Amino acid sequence: MENFEPEIVAFCCHYCAYTAADMAGSKRISYPPNVKIIRVPCTGKVDAIHIMKALEKGADGVYVAGCLEGDCHFKNGNTRARYRVEHVQKYLEELGWETDRVAMINMSAGMGEFFARTALEFTQKIKLLGPSPIKRINIDKNQKAVSE
Amino acid sequence: MITAEQKPLSEIIEYISPYDRILLVGCNECVTVCAAGGRKEVGLLSSALNLHFLKQGRTIDIKEMTLERQCDPEYVEELVSEIDRADAILSMACGCGVQTIAERYKEKPVFPAVNTKFMGASESQGIWAERCRGCGDCLLGITGGICPVARCSKQLLNGPCGGTSNGMCEISPDVECAWCLIWERLKALGMEKRYEEIMEAKDWRPAGGGGPRKIIREDLSL
Amino acid sequence: MKTESKLEKVLASGALAVTSEVGPPRGALPEKVKEKASLIKDHVDAINVTDNQTAMVRMSSWAAGVIIKQMGLDPILQMVTRDRNRLAMQSDIIGAYSMGINTMMCLSGDHVKFGDHPMANGVFDLDSIQLVQAVRKMRDEGKFQGGADIKSPPKMFIGAAANPFADPFELRVMRLAKKVKAGADFIQTQCIFNLDKFEKYMEMVCDRGLDQQVHLLAGITPMKSAGMARYMKNKVPGMDVPDEVIKRMEGVSKEEQPEEGIKIAIESIQRLKEAKGVHGFHIMAIEWEEKVPQIVEKAGLFPRPVL
Repeated sequence: MENFEPEIVAFCCHYCAYTAADMAGSKRISYPPNVKIIRVPCTGKVDAIHIMKALEKGADGVYVAGCLEGDCHFKNGNTRARYRVEHVQKYLEELGWETDRVAMINMSAGMGEFFARTALEFTQKIKLLGPSPIKRINIDKNQKAVSE
Repeated sequence: MITAEQKPLSEIIEYISPYDRILLVGCNECVTVCAAGGRKEVGLLSSALNLHFLKQGRTIDIKEMTLERQCDPEYVEELVSEIDRADAILSMACGCGVQTIAERYKEKPVFPAVNTKFMGASESQGIWAERCRGCGDCLLGITGGICPVARCSKQLLNGPCGGTSNGMCEISPDVECAWCLIWERLKALGMEKRYEEIMEAKDWRPAGGGGPRKIIREDLSL
Repeated sequence: MKTESKLEKVLASGALAVTSEVGPPRGALPEKVKEKASLIKDHVDAINVTDNQTAMVRMSSWAAGVIIKQMGLDPILQMVTRDRNRLAMQSDIIGAYSMGINTMMCLSGDHVKFGDHPMANGVFDLDSIQLVQAVRKMRDEGKFQGGADIKSPPKMFIGAAANPFADPFELRVMRLAKKVKAGADFIQTQCIFNLDKFEKYMEMVCDRGLDQQVHLLAGITPMKSAGMARYMKNKVPGMDVPDEVIKRMEGVSKEEQPEEGIKIAIESIQRLKEAKGVHGFHIMAIEWEEKVPQIVEKAGLFPRPVL
């Protein structure tokens, strides 16, 4: 599993998390290229099915990044997002998947360093967890084929 | 409406594991309202099942469909175009819907994906509570609009029992004593005298005691 | 007289009646029933036999009642509507009467949730008031609840329970009136610790003339310890234990607490003897039956009338 580079999807709200990501970029603070950002007007737009589909298509980890609690530009979109992340985590638990593959993160627009740091931490966490269970089978199959 | 809750995934997976092609059918009425089996939940369940089977290196073919209602033959008929491409049907409707599908498509196994719970109403967003037991002889007119059959833990018609505590039922401090509620309503309506009238022993036949029930309206049959 | 019941005779004579309880064992142990009944037999007029109390399965109350009857004593058959439908209840009543049991209590019963079979379906085909009506119909009209004639109807002296302390308080006398209207001949109350509140309740009962229509027996339970007093205050639904009682129990050493509890019980009986409408006492000393004779004697209710 040495060369495993996780594929991470990050749903970022336009008003806070995406702006923070922008700030990280303009300040030349780097964060892992594993993180693919999807900009949404508000994390309240992210539904449970979006997270599930990302995992279905092979994402190793998904996080939803929104405004700080109480500061959502649209009042409580980030609270709805948190509930939906928890809903997905319940499904993952029932399926025997690691619930840490999915997370809710809060930050303000000015937290460029924080954005970069959390992106790095999340990527590292997923690296330790290994590839998504649906990819693992294929990797095992390939390794078996190689050793034979 | 009829409330339901999704079954544990492990149980659903056990039902459908032997099959390769599943027709997953939701319902646009009651189970949509209580977020257990509507279009959204169909999508989520389909995704969750895919995640499970992909993890085993197996692809399963899930066709998603949501009918207006599953308890009417006309709507269930709409599945006819998909039925031959399915090995089994997984229904997210209440027990009534599951059975209507099973009756129509006798050659395909049908599995329930939700546990049907009770007839209830929304108390507030996300909270549904039991309100009706379908006793077939509604007495809400004489109990101030509160049902002792559905809401009293002992279905007393001459309550309350001696176990009330702060207006709550003896079974839990979170369950209101139906008879305390009834008494408050009767007072508010100026109908206290009604309380002293003894409600006679109930005839449970209309409530299902006489066997499975049916309503026949000949004026409505073509 | 409506029945052959000894309790009815004692009450009709104008004497204060005394009853107590025996809880049947959780197994086929007839000896246990005889033991408990023997402890109290000379100090009571009749003995309640509880019916799957707190929803825990025990020897059936009619079976334990028969054992007590065969000792030459007078059992009061308690019947809850939680475990039987109206067929089984009427059937058990005829059976019990055929074995010599002539006094019974009609109750709803604690919810199954409290017992050892929370997964069971509570029956509740009838409630306690409807059961009282049914038993009266059997006795006075000779008809089953469903209307058919009974060959040789059972003549039961009918009791019901009353809890002056459950809320809402304003409803309690109305509820008693309902039970009397349904046909209750005697009432046993939940155990009383708040004597002031109980006396107020009795005033309301007499104001309505209910004391002329039904015999009320006041429930008395001796406290074994301050812990028990606190438990009853906080954990048992429908119980009213004033702080003074708790303080009194806490005010003596642990070894002296049982004696204090008995003293309180005796004092309560002596005070309530004077209350209008109280026609007797129902002493509930769960797992402490051996103290009943002492309480009855010290309260001046011994010897029991011989009729």
